Amino acid sequence: MSSENGKRLPETDAAGLNYEATELTLGLPGKSRVTSDGGARVGSKRGFSETVDLSLGEKKDSNKLGQTQTQSQIDAREAAKSPGSKAQVVGWPPVRGYAKRGKKSCKYVKVAVDGAPYLRKVDLDMYNTYQQLLTSLEDMFSCFTIRNFLNEKKMEQVNGIEYVPTYEDKDGDWMLVGDVPWQMFAESCKRIRLMKNTETAELAPRTPPKWSRRS
Amino acid sequence: MQKKVACSFPDEVLEHVFSFIQSDKDRNAVSMVCKSWYEIERWCRRKIFIGNCYAVSPRMVIRRFPKVRSIELKGKPHFADFNLVPDGWGGYVLPWIAEMAGAYPWLEEIRLKRMVVTDECLELIAKSFKNFKVLVLFSCEGFSTDGLAAIAASCMNLRELDLRDSDVDDLGGHWLSHFPETYTSLVSLNSSCLGSDEVSLSALERLVGRCTNLRTLRLNRAVPLDKIANILGRAPQLVDFGTGTYGADLQSDVFSSLAGAFSSCKELRSLSGFWDVVPAYLPAIYPVCSRLTSLNLSYVTIQSPDLVKLLRHCPSLQRLLVLDYIEDSGLEALSSSCKDLQELRVFPSDPFGEEPNVSLTEQGLVSVCLACPKLQSVLYFCRRMSNVALVTIAQNCPNLTRFRLCIIEPRTADFLTLEPLDVGFGAIVEHCKDLRRLSLSGLLTDRVFEYIGRYAKKLEMLSVAFAGESDLGLHHVLSGCESLRKLEIRDCPFGDKALLANASKLETMRSLWMSSCAVSFGACKLLGQKMPRLNVEVIDESGPPDSRPDSCPVDKLYIYRSVAGPRFDMPPFVWTMDEDSALQVHALHVAEYNRKPDWIGVGTYEESIQGLRAKMPFVLYLAELSNTSQCSSQPLLSGDTTLTPPRPLLRLPIETLESDDKTQRSKEGKYMIKMRYSMNPTICFEIRPISTRSFPGV
Repeated sequence: MSSENGKRLPETDAAGLNYEATELTLGLPGKSRVTSDGGARVGSKRGFSETVDLSLGEKKDSNKLGQTQTQSQIDAREAAKSPGSKAQVVGWPPVRGYAKRGKKSCKYVKVAVDGAPYLRKVDLDMYNTYQQLLTSLEDMFSCFTIRNFLNEKKMEQVNGIEYVPTYEDKDGDWMLVGDVPWQMFAESCKRIRLMKNTETAELAPRTPPKWSRRS
Repeated sequence: MQKKVACSFPDEVLEHVFSFIQSDKDRNAVSMVCKSWYEIERWCRRKIFIGNCYAVSPRMVIRRFPKVRSIELKGKPHFADFNLVPDGWGGYVLPWIAEMAGAYPWLEEIRLKRMVVTDECLELIAKSFKNFKVLVLFSCEGFSTDGLAAIAASCMNLRELDLRDSDVDDLGGHWLSHFPETYTSLVSLNSSCLGSDEVSLSALERLVGRCTNLRTLRLNRAVPLDKIANILGRAPQLVDFGTGTYGADLQSDVFSSLAGAFSSCKELRSLSGFWDVVPAYLPAIYPVCSRLTSLNLSYVTIQSPDLVKLLRHCPSLQRLLVLDYIEDSGLEALSSSCKDLQELRVFPSDPFGEEPNVSLTEQGLVSVCLACPKLQSVLYFCRRMSNVALVTIAQNCPNLTRFRLCIIEPRTADFLTLEPLDVGFGAIVEHCKDLRRLSLSGLLTDRVFEYIGRYAKKLEMLSVAFAGESDLGLHHVLSGCESLRKLEIRDCPFGDKALLANASKLETMRSLWMSSCAVSFGACKLLGQKMPRLNVEVIDESGPPDSRPDSCPVDKLYIYRSVAGPRFDMPPFVWTMDEDSALQVHALHVAEYNRKPDWIGVGTYEESIQGLRAKMPFVLYLAELSNTSQCSSQPLLSGDTTLTPPRPLLRLPIETLESDDKTQRSKEGKYMIKMRYSMNPTICFEIRPISTRSFPGV
């Protein structure tokens, strides 16, 4: 079965410049420009609530034992997973490679928060999605609020100061967290910086990153 | 005179005749003809396959087949691949190696799948088998490149070293230089799973250069693209080649030497690897593409047009592994270029994304099935499916033997009709009469299991997830599928009834896995009591299942047939439902992981041991306190419970037991001896001091 996918953007084809590959879009490489059927939005963003919903009842680890797992509970668990809050089920989909997580090589990156007196380190191998990472960061820096793009849309003000998660990638560029698939991000991320809102006010994207927009 | 006829051939003649019979099934049939054939056959059986290492004990195997040269063992259940089996569950190969080291000095081949292999095991292999030739470690774990170095250094006749998909602690590429300069027998090397950035390129090149019989070479990611030409240049006879990284800044001299190297490999039929592909370098393989029968592009993250360009050069392709970047359009192109296609695997590039990131649907699979008449094996990840597509596939590919469909979102209905996919999968089992392996997904009711039970008579392995409505579903499968050997189920509403009603079926199968279903603890106990030839193991990481009511469902259940009785190397979160469920066999204590075991332990115990009972032969070694890396050569305790009544343990003077950290004295005067059993768990046996009154013979 499939093992880890080292996802990278396709390099330009030296033989014939592949403009299409470098054309800026909001989708991933390989996404077709034309949707195959009118309904499904190919390449559309993941639901916000999948990733930044912190009130997920069912965590990745489905070993919630000590409780009877009757069918009704299984149903409830599944219902909780449908549209609004999609939790990640252990071992599903059945792809290999994701099973082997950071046993030896942990990918620790520094996390800096503007205004905090010291940095922290997180192990990116511990997470599979942006939502998990941001939840963990929120726990670490609990006095701050990481920028909540949903609320931004609704023009709500969240208590406290808002921070924008950014990261430095392998090329040394500072990127907004969330544009690329998780695996690609985890492989190229060297360090993370939570930038204070004031610095990024002008840079606030009109189109929020892939994982934060409502589907 | 009747007797004479049966023995009219001398044994040697029969043995010679039997040597032409290779398949296990035929060998087993031969051994059942009569007693003398049984005897002759068992002395000349050279190759053993054990699909579940816990189904039998090493000693039993050795006792029956004393002259084995090749052994294949499988350990963990298949769902271990997807993180469903917790670490420490078991599957240790050390007891097997330890026993075989003495019994099979001429062992040549060891093939393991999903087992825990330590460096100690590898060192023991290197030391014990003088004519060792083949080591295949498929999805194994627990060892490092140090163990591989031991193999490399000692096994002068090694032909094959295949580590595919194993989880290896890669301490750098220096292990390769442990192959002596005089060593030239390598035929096959697969180190593609090694993860370190370091690799000893010069050692690799020299090794490849002097092993003129090398046919298979699969490199790991650390080998850069610009080294491929050099390596291929030394091994133009290669049949199966796996690249390392296949990306770099485009340089025309690198490209041309790469293309030149590939074109000189006239025997090349299979390619894999291709990490970090730069599309511009792909044309370098075009010279060999027309002869390629197997292509593994499962790490190739390039877009469909580039993939299609490559595939158009491969008309002889029989086996393709690819990511879903190929999309429906690419699969359509594949179906017109590659008419000989027999096996297709399409993996998801973004399995955890909620929305599709590529335009790959059921159409891609349908177009391949319509146009490739030889298609036999399918593994397909997609996000939507319809009954009509499945029916089309079934009708056009009646020769399918393996069909594994994974619709990524659980319980996804037919996207056209919103109905369950029962009819579609029903068509698959009805039309594909030779179907041996099936994986289901999507929205499925009990209906689909009715079809499976009715039609899937040759089905050997079935994987089910998020499907069914009631016990009836499970009952259909267990009562209908005559050839079923392995059944694995997760997140289905199957409970006690079907399981208990079909208990005897379970003895005809290798194993049954059920997790997140609705089987109660009480039913597990009942099953364990009633079926002595089944090991019923409950996996529960939240505490002993008997601390909850019997009606509580168990989290994970693994049932397998065994002639060796319950195993005893279980971690604390695994419980065996023994015949006498009041005496549940489980480990009393666990110490932390220690790579260098102090002892090897294999054993059973008898009634003098409090609360533990099992049926295998038992040997316990105690290490000398001062020298904890070696076992004392004489066993201090042994018992052979294959005799009835069980023989008592040898008597141990109390002083031997008393030692600071090796044993603990418990309050009631019982003693615990800690045994390290290779990688993970430490099993404690409570041993009561033996009084001569109870055991007069000792």
